[in-house]
Amino acid sequence: MDIPKDRFYTKSHEWALPEGDTVLVGITDYAQDALGDVVYVELPEVGRKVEKGEAVAVVESVKTASDIYAPVAGEVVEVNAALEKTPELINQDPYGEGWIFRLRPLDMGHLDDLLDADGYAEALESEA
Amino acid sequence: MSFPLIFERSRKGRRGLKLVKEVPRAEAYIPQAFLRQDPPRLPEVDELTLVRHYTGLSRRQVGVDTTFYPLGSCTMKYNPKLHEEAVHLFAYLHPYQDPQTVQGALQLMWELGEYLKAITGMDEITLQPAAGAHGELTGILIIRAYHEDRGEGKERRLVLVPDSAHGSNPATASMAGYEVKEVPSGPDGEVDLEALKRELGPHVAAIMLTNPNTLGLFERRILEISRLAKEAGVQLYYDGANLNAIMGWARPGDMGFDVVHLNLHKTFTVPHGGGGPGSGPVGVKAHLAPYLPVPTVARGEEGFYLDFQRPKSIGRVRSFYGNFLALVRAWVYIRTLGLEGLKKAAALSVLNARYLKELLKEKGFRVPYDAPCMHEFVAQPPQGFRALDLAKGLLELGFHPPTVYFPLIVKEALMVEPTETEGKETLEAFAEALGELLQKPKEWLEGAPYSTPVRRLDELRANRSPKLTYFDE
Ligand SMILES: Cc1ncc(COP(=O)(O)O)c(C=O)c1O
Repeated sequence: MDIPKDRFYTKSHEWALPEGDTVLVGITDYAQDALGDVVYVELPEVGRKVEKGEAVAVVESVKTASDIYAPVAGEVVEVNAALEKTPELINQDPYGEGWIFRLRPLDMGHLDDLLDADGYAEALESEA
Repeated sequence: MSFPLIFERSRKGRRGLKLVKEVPRAEAYIPQAFLRQDPPRLPEVDELTLVRHYTGLSRRQVGVDTTFYPLGSCTMKYNPKLHEEAVHLFAYLHPYQDPQTVQGALQLMWELGEYLKAITGMDEITLQPAAGAHGELTGILIIRAYHEDRGEGKERRLVLVPDSAHGSNPATASMAGYEVKEVPSGPDGEVDLEALKRELGPHVAAIMLTNPNTLGLFERRILEISRLAKEAGVQLYYDGANLNAIMGWARPGDMGFDVVHLNLHKTFTVPHGGGGPGSGPVGVKAHLAPYLPVPTVARGEEGFYLDFQRPKSIGRVRSFYGNFLALVRAWVYIRTLGLEGLKKAAALSVLNARYLKELLKEKGFRVPYDAPCMHEFVAQPPQGFRALDLAKGLLELGFHPPTVYFPLIVKEALMVEPTETEGKETLEAFAEALGELLQKPKEWLEGAPYSTPVRRLDELRANRSPKLTYFDE
């Protein structure tokens, strides 16, 4: 399972990649594999203010539908509109082209509360 | 083996029947603006072609009349053929008939309502909803009307559902305008009481539960849950999908539930064939009765009548009498079995599930929440096997697969519900088949099924670009 070291993770399998004063959010390789082929992504509205842990997007696969939670509190400033036509990007490139939304966190410092790559790898161990 | 569509059998000018009398023209009744300009493109076939077409389709079908159908959470029990006889007796009624001329039908509805109230421990009931999910929506709208009536509509904006819930529970709450919050299950697979306590409060409208829950486990702390709900002014909703396990033995009403929906097409032998028509009656405690849909069937001095006197009603949720013929089948089922028979059916559904669970464990399947189960259980294949491949492999071996990938809290879930109408031999043959699949090469499993009328379907394409009509536009 691929877990890049350049970003933060949540126990609910989102990743958060800091870029300037924003973070890009998507789901991990493990999550896309567990979901199976993604058929639909429900994206949030740009401008929406969200709490940490609030359901922001929905990823639907042939097996199931799954909420995607905000890793930190903030405002949605951009969504990956390409997913509307090509939701399979989440399967093909979960850490790159398959990003889901961009947040401007209330406080970039909140990212430190998240897991790093090693912490996430450990969390996966204990889940299996 | 390709099988033509009825449209492909169509030949211009072929007819199945000849109308002997001149039929009235639509123009005489419908204003010009609403008349269609072109005739509908109906397939044109003779009667024999039609009969062969549908008989052919039915022979390619897997159903409870052809094989074991342990589709978890769906209670695919046998649907006695006797019920169809009763249905014929009512088949020629018209929903616009004067109630005075359909007293028997109204009596049947009234009596069925009484039986279902007695079985669930509820005070009043509506028979209108057309399925379980429709019953859920009706029930949650009733709860919303109740809170609004008490001036708490604005404040109570949240519905709690367990993380093991069926997708229709959160979908219902959200359609009724509520926010949804998931409550985690504890390590024993039951609702985590501490987590629930943290969520309860004056901002919560309802908790939706099913008992036994979707893992097939009885929620042993249900009385504590209902006490906590009551203290917080929160309404407790019972999803009746799993009533089969406890029917006649325990009543949701006695457990403290305020609203109950039933799936007559699960528990009470109404066929699920082709996805319906189903029936999802909703029972409520007295404090919610003012909000029930109208009309309900009542008994007066001059017989049975449709009662529209419910000023606070949420209104109608279904036209006419609901899916009336589904009600007829449920009535006959209850009258045939009686209370003792219903209790026995429930007990045997539990016994069958427990026996099959042990058989599957012997074959190498894991059961993550391995407490004594009720009418169903959730198993996992050994490491390296995918639930989907096993499901397809079962089709090759002549069985309908169990439910897969539900509940969401168990990975590679196989949710098995044998029901009471299966014998020991069938359960054993099914366990043997699953055991056999574990011995098959991986490539074989990934390619299954082989000899069914259609092979493995492209689920991805079916989801991404479904084509549901024959004609292209
Ligand atoms: C637990 C549970 N709740 C609700 C429903 C919804 O019932 P229906 O399919 O009749 O709408 C189902 C259906 O499978 C179910 O399994």
